[in-house]
Amino acid sequence: MSEVKSVATRAGYGKALVELGKIRDDFIVMDADLAAATQTGMFKKEFPDRFYDCGIAEQNMMGIAAGIATTGKKVIVSSFAMFAAGRAFEQVRNSIGYPHLNVIIGATHAGISVGEDGATHQSHEDIALMRTIPGMTVINPADEVEARKAVFAALELDGPVYLRFGRLAVPIVFDEDYKFEVGKANELRSGSDVTIIATGLMVKEALEAYDLLKAEGISARIINMATIKPIDKDIIIKAAKETGAIVTAEEHSVIGGLGSAVGEVVGEEYPVPVVKLGVYDTFGHSGPAAKLLDEFGLRAVNIVEKAKKAIALKK
Amino acid sequence: MEKELKLELEKIACKVRMGIIEGIHAAKAGHPGGSLSCADILTYLYFKKMKVDPKNPDMENRDRFVLSKGHAAPALYAVLAQKGFFDEKELLNLRQIGSILQGHPDLKKIPGVDMSTGSLGQGVSAAVGMALSAKHFGNDFKVYSVLGDGELEEGQVWEAAMFAGNHKLDNLVLFIDNNNLQIDGTVEEVNSPYPIDKKFEAFGFDVICINGNDFDEIETALNKADTCDKPVAIIAKTVKGKGVSYMENAVNWHGAAPNDELYEQAMAELKKAYAEME
Repeated sequence: MSEVKSVATRAGYGKALVELGKIRDDFIVMDADLAAATQTGMFKKEFPDRFYDCGIAEQNMMGIAAGIATTGKKVIVSSFAMFAAGRAFEQVRNSIGYPHLNVIIGATHAGISVGEDGATHQSHEDIALMRTIPGMTVINPADEVEARKAVFAALELDGPVYLRFGRLAVPIVFDEDYKFEVGKANELRSGSDVTIIATGLMVKEALEAYDLLKAEGISARIINMATIKPIDKDIIIKAAKETGAIVTAEEHSVIGGLGSAVGEVVGEEYPVPVVKLGVYDTFGHSGPAAKLLDEFGLRAVNIVEKAKKAIALKK
Repeated sequence: MEKELKLELEKIACKVRMGIIEGIHAAKAGHPGGSLSCADILTYLYFKKMKVDPKNPDMENRDRFVLSKGHAAPALYAVLAQKGFFDEKELLNLRQIGSILQGHPDLKKIPGVDMSTGSLGQGVSAAVGMALSAKHFGNDFKVYSVLGDGELEEGQVWEAAMFAGNHKLDNLVLFIDNNNLQIDGTVEEVNSPYPIDKKFEAFGFDVICINGNDFDEIETALNKADTCDKPVAIIAKTVKGKGVSYMENAVNWHGAAPNDELYEQAMAELKKAYAEME
């Protein structure tokens, strides 16, 4: 396989904010003392007068963002996924979600790939938390290109948006001419034996799994599900009908995340086996990101294993 | 304040209090004590101070109001109804299915409500956000918010205060409805927020202490607030349950509706007070 460039999705986020800042001035960016890490620091450097640091006070930041949004202005707030979705959950729910305000939450450092900081900072619950809020759009980009395009798309939406980014540099999957659409998943490989629906950094792993399965004579369909809410039901139902088995892959708990969202659609619309790959009801721990992804089974080889299980479960 | 104006405001506040009691009695649920305590503050803001238009509730450059102690919704609703944002009859549908008047304020449903509140500590952050937006985008509206004294136990209040103080948001005025009671007892018994004035001063506010059930003092404080170059906290000593004898300073009327008999008594007292002003 040829060498591909690796860039963190959070870098795409920071870059997109700067690009947007150059073409429109109707939004504010805020952070909670993590601008250097979330990459909103890029925007801060370029547009210091349009950036506000709330300090280490995520709950207040969500409320301030809500207040700004009530005045008809857009606002983008950032923190780590753990604090944006976790610590400030109720503020997001009651002050942003309930009044359906135009606040974009750029949450970085999601998942086990946070690495060395360990369990307190490794959020495996944020997708679950955010997708339970009525009217919340939840997007988990697969690479830096999709991350940038998702930020642009989010600013056009009506209502709150949760954007999930990672700390770790991950391989680029998409070309610059890739068209991102909120709520639309895309088929990256066609296949007929099983469908692998992946999100975030697991998309690259799913593409590798495609090759591994192909070598064993198994035809896998690969779908990138960047928007977890509203989820693309059509592509899921079609996959269930045409391949009869589904594997989901996410760097998130198997409770409440992509796997649950896909399972909900399949269970109600066209029941077939759905085998989930993710973090299994456990906390993470410190270590280099790559080793943690190995240890927690978030790799192509693990997807292959789940794909075989899903196929075996077919009636 | 001119006598005539004061009398006029007192009459409106009395009608607001009737609206609070009628709504809560009809709903058989709600929070009368803390609604009655802040009724005068809300009346003054909407009838004398704030730049608002009931015919154009979304007017772009209107002054904003955030009821951070969202459970005092009956007071806000009664004031909005008196001001003409919606029909007074709607007050009798408080908390009912299909009513715009939710148990706590909902900006999506109710004309004139600038922020959905109810979860304590959150409204004040939104008020800070509105004030910041006005500064940032060059609008000259002011933002007023009413917080409970028990609400000051929420850490988020102080996160918001720190930000407002540091950014010198002089277009922000917070009222602390200091009725001294919360659900589980007096605020001192539960977890004292005192000294409230020194705390806000330390967070970069100009602090004004008043009797929050006195229109002269409310007016003086708000006029003074207009000249401050910092955010302002008006610590308003109030009587919880103000205007209904058996509810005054009674902790058990924080979140209970009067039965028919007590409803009649409350309305009789308020009607008598109103008649005496006529």
